[in-house]
Formats: sequence, C-alpha cells, structure tokens
Amino acid sequence: MTGRGTRLSLALWSALVIAFLWIPLVLIALYAFNGSNIQGWPITSWTVHWFRVAWSNPDARAALWLSVRVGLVATATALVLGTMAASAVARFRFFGREAVSFLLVLPLALPGILTGMALNSALFTIWGLSPSMWTIVIGHATFCVVIVYNNVVARLRRTSPSLIEASQDLGADGWQTFRFVLWPVLSTALVAGGLLAFALSFDEVIVTTFTAGAQETLPIFILDNLERGQQLPVVNVVAFFVVAITVVPVALAQRVMRDTGVVRGGAAQVTEAIEAAEIPAV
Amino acid sequence: MAVDASALAAGPPVRRARLRLSGLLWRWPWLKALGLLAPPLAAFLIVYVGSLAALFVSSFWTVNSFTAAVEHTWTLANYRLIFSSGQPYLHIAGLTLEIAAAVTLTDAVLAFPLAYFMARLAGRRARAVLFVMVLLPLWSSYLVRVYAWQTILAHDGALNWALHGLGLPDQNLSYTNWAMWIVFSYVWLPFMVLPVYAALERIPDSYLEASADLGARGLRTLRAVILPLALPGVVAGSIFTFSLTLGDFITPLLVGGPSSHFIGNEVYSYIGEANIPFAAAFAAIPLAIMGVYLLIARRLGAFEAL
Repeated sequence: MTGRGTRLSLALWSALVIAFLWIPLVLIALYAFNGSNIQGWPITSWTVHWFRVAWSNPDARAALWLSVRVGLVATATALVLGTMAASAVARFRFFGREAVSFLLVLPLALPGILTGMALNSALFTIWGLSPSMWTIVIGHATFCVVIVYNNVVARLRRTSPSLIEASQDLGADGWQTFRFVLWPVLSTALVAGGLLAFALSFDEVIVTTFTAGAQETLPIFILDNLERGQQLPVVNVVAFFVVAITVVPVALAQRVMRDTGVVRGGAAQVTEAIEAAEIPAV
Repeated sequence: MAVDASALAAGPPVRRARLRLSGLLWRWPWLKALGLLAPPLAAFLIVYVGSLAALFVSSFWTVNSFTAAVEHTWTLANYRLIFSSGQPYLHIAGLTLEIAAAVTLTDAVLAFPLAYFMARLAGRRARAVLFVMVLLPLWSSYLVRVYAWQTILAHDGALNWALHGLGLPDQNLSYTNWAMWIVFSYVWLPFMVLPVYAALERIPDSYLEASADLGARGLRTLRAVILPLALPGVVAGSIFTFSLTLGDFITPLLVGGPSSHFIGNEVYSYIGEANIPFAAAFAAIPLAIMGVYLLIARRLGAFEAL
C-alpha cells in the first residue's frame, strides 16, 4: 500500500534519526580513551590511563558508593509502595481511584525542578532535617514508585482476576494466593520495574541537586566538574561507566519482560514494555 | 466460597488465623483496598503533595531583605514583581516557553516518520532492534548526553570537523540558544518516538485498506486517517518534551549562553539565596502552564495513549 519511494525515504529518515540518537553516545564513549588532555576531535592518541586515574579518585569512588546505596534503598522502597498502590488500583473500584493514579504519575508529569524545590523547602526548612543519604532517597523514591507502579498495574490489568478467585475457591489463604498465584505472575514485572527504577535513580540530577546538600552522587560529581571544567578526562571515564552501567539494567529489564510467560505475542510485549519504560529520566 | 467452616476447623492455629483473615478481607474488600492503599498514599501525600502545597503557600510570603527571614504575611508582591514590566522575569519565561515549544515541534517532526516506519513497515526483528535503539538512549544518563553535545559543539569538536570535511564553514554554536534547541531536541526525542509508535501501532490495517478502497491516495489517508488517530500519541509525547524542557536548568547551564537563562536557572539561584518565596512564585509559572497543558492533553485523549 505504501509506495516504494515512500518506503525508502521513511527507512532513510529512520536511519538518520537513529544515527542522531547514537553518534553522541558513541563519541562520548570514545573520549574515555582520549590520550590528550584537550577535548578536541578527532582523537589523535589513545590510552586506558584515565580509567586507572578515575578508579583511584576518592571523590569519584565516594560518589559511586553513594549513588549505589541511594539507588538500592530508593528501589526497595519503591518496590514495596508501588506494588501496594498498584494492587489496590488494579483490583478495586473505589471513590477517587482515577485521582490516585493521576496523583502517582505527577512526579513524572511535572517539571523536575518543582519536585526538587518542594522537597528542598519541606525537608530542610519545614522538617528541619539536614542533608543526608536519606534526604536523597526520599526524593528518588517519589518518582521511582511511579515506575514500579506502572509496571505492576500493566501486568495486573493483563492478569485475569479469575486466577485469584480460583485460588481462593481451592482453599488458599491470602498469603498462599500471593505466594503461589500472584508472585509468579508479578515477579518479572517487579524485576523489570526494580531495574528501571534503579537506573532512573542512578542517573537523576535535577531533584538530587535540591536534596543532596553538599553530598555528591555520581551525576552530581559529573555536573560539578563540568561546571568548573575540571578533571575532564576523569569525567569522560565516569561518563563512559555511567552509560555502560545504565544500559545493563535496561537491557536486562527488556529481556525479563520478553521472557515472561504471562505476555505472549509481539504487539502486547512491546506495548507493555513501552508502558513500563515511558518514564522521563529526570 | 473462599472459606468454609470445615476448612476453619482443620489445620494448625496459624493457618486458621490466616484463613480467618483472608475470609475477613474477602467479605470486606474495602478493608483490603484500604490496607494496600493507605501506606503508599500517605507517604506520597505527606512527602510529595504536602511539599508542593507548602511551596505554593510560601509563594505568597516574602523574605525580609535585612534579616533574610521569611515573613508570614500574605502578599502578592512576588507575583507582581514577576509580571512587572521593568523586570527580566517575563522575558526569561518567554524564552523558556519558546524553546520548549520549538523542541516539541522538532521532536514531533523527527519522531513521526521513524515511529511510522517502526510500527507499520519494519519487520518483526527490525522493529525489536529499532525499539531497543530508541529505548537505550532514553535511559542512558541525561547528563552524559548533554555533555556529549558540549564536546560536539565545541570549537574544535566533531561538528566543525565534519563541516570542514564537507567543505562548509565553521559554526560557533556552543553557548547559544541554538545549542539549547539542538540538545533539548536530542535528549527528549525518545520520549516522543515511543508514544507515537504506540498510537500508530494500534491503528487497524483495515482502516488504511478502507481508506484506499474509497479511493484515497497516500497523502489523503495520512491526513484523514493516520494523523487524527496518531494525534493522542503525539500529544502524549509532547507532554514529556514540553514539561521536561520547561523544568530544566542543567542544559542551559552547560550549553546555553550567558543570556540563556531558563525559569529553572532563575529559580535555582533564588533558592541559593534562600529566597524561597520568590523562587516558589516563579516556579508557579511552569506549574500553571503544565496544569493547562495537561487539561488540554486530556481532552485530546493523550492519557489513553500514555
């Protein structure tokens, strides 16, 4: 139905857009091996020296460690709260149900700076907390919840409620129903949601700038050095590492979603993957 | 029946207690809904919604310029200052909005043909590969992607090298509004591709066949059938591209020029000066804009396309 010319030009356009998406990522990965201190193109000499320098940089290490801890705690919190909210919204009809699902998506739909500012004044001025790992976690958990919630709601909507009724009819109590019926259905959605939530937390900058005080997560470490134009070779290596490490959970999450036994057929898979992944990174 | 009397009588006490609880929850489902919903909702309301509300309230207060203490008297002074003519604030808000609109438009134009190709022309395998190729940049670090463009647009960067190779004159795009436009369009592009793809993929083939049977040519089908059905997807994508640009201050900081201040940069510097009331009032502008935007988007069916 689509003419040959149209087909070709659409394919060409797609190739160009994909190239546009990927060339900057490839370039920045190459800069990690730049032998020169100057960030020019083309790169004239190659080295792995900066990897050693970056690894022994105490600030970069501390930032990595903080990012990992924040990511893990925020993800765990999000998994618990997100699953609970999703189960309630997907299973029950109640007054204000639409409002709840709208509210939960707000941290993603509203500009990140609003979340950041609001948390900044609430945490430090109203509650009188001082900046710690936990203040960063609170900020990250707010939007990580949404990712888990989206994943689990999407999965529950595709799961027939008669599975649960059947389990009850066979005499299972609530725990057994959860363990033997719901868990196998939800586990891949939870793994995927958790991985994506971690990836999001690991990358977050805007909200973190408002909740971290003087602490440095890995993205804040990059930002500080970029602003001052310092230690760019180390930043290159950290950038390489950050991209590499976020690609892993996302690729894993994709795989987990694909291998799930609940969803079959290409279209449904991709749709669920979209629902799960359609999350602003800020 | 979930629980019957004989099941209750049998088994160890723990199991009996669990069954009784399950029966209770089965009889009163609202109890279960409440138990599931209350903890996340309470956390969310207290931490997030409460903070937002407090922020909004504080925008009606002022800061004493001598003591730097917040004075809790109600006033519209912050808003009046923002909207008064001699001040730079309206100009800043205008620039932010312009760039956000330009970025949204650019991304829609870049994304639509790609999404169409993915949804309707590519084979199964090619579609899966393209999907991952769009998804991975979305998830890879935002900051790193902005930084990548900083190096590309630099005077001795890859762009000028490529232009040189083609025999074109050098461009000095770093630290200009053009740079912001390019970088924002780049970083938010995947957010446009995915919802448009989802919307296009849902159009049944029979619609296109019907259109062709009725004698419509390609362009007519595109205008009369595909575009209206894809519109919710485009609007859904635009929520992200628009909102994310509106609330950003990192990209202007890293690739914008000295006059490329965004609402976010201004707000950030006022927070640094501990003038939260004024920062809050200025941040209320993107909030109001997004509120209106979301209402319109909802009418256009964007939420079903999300």
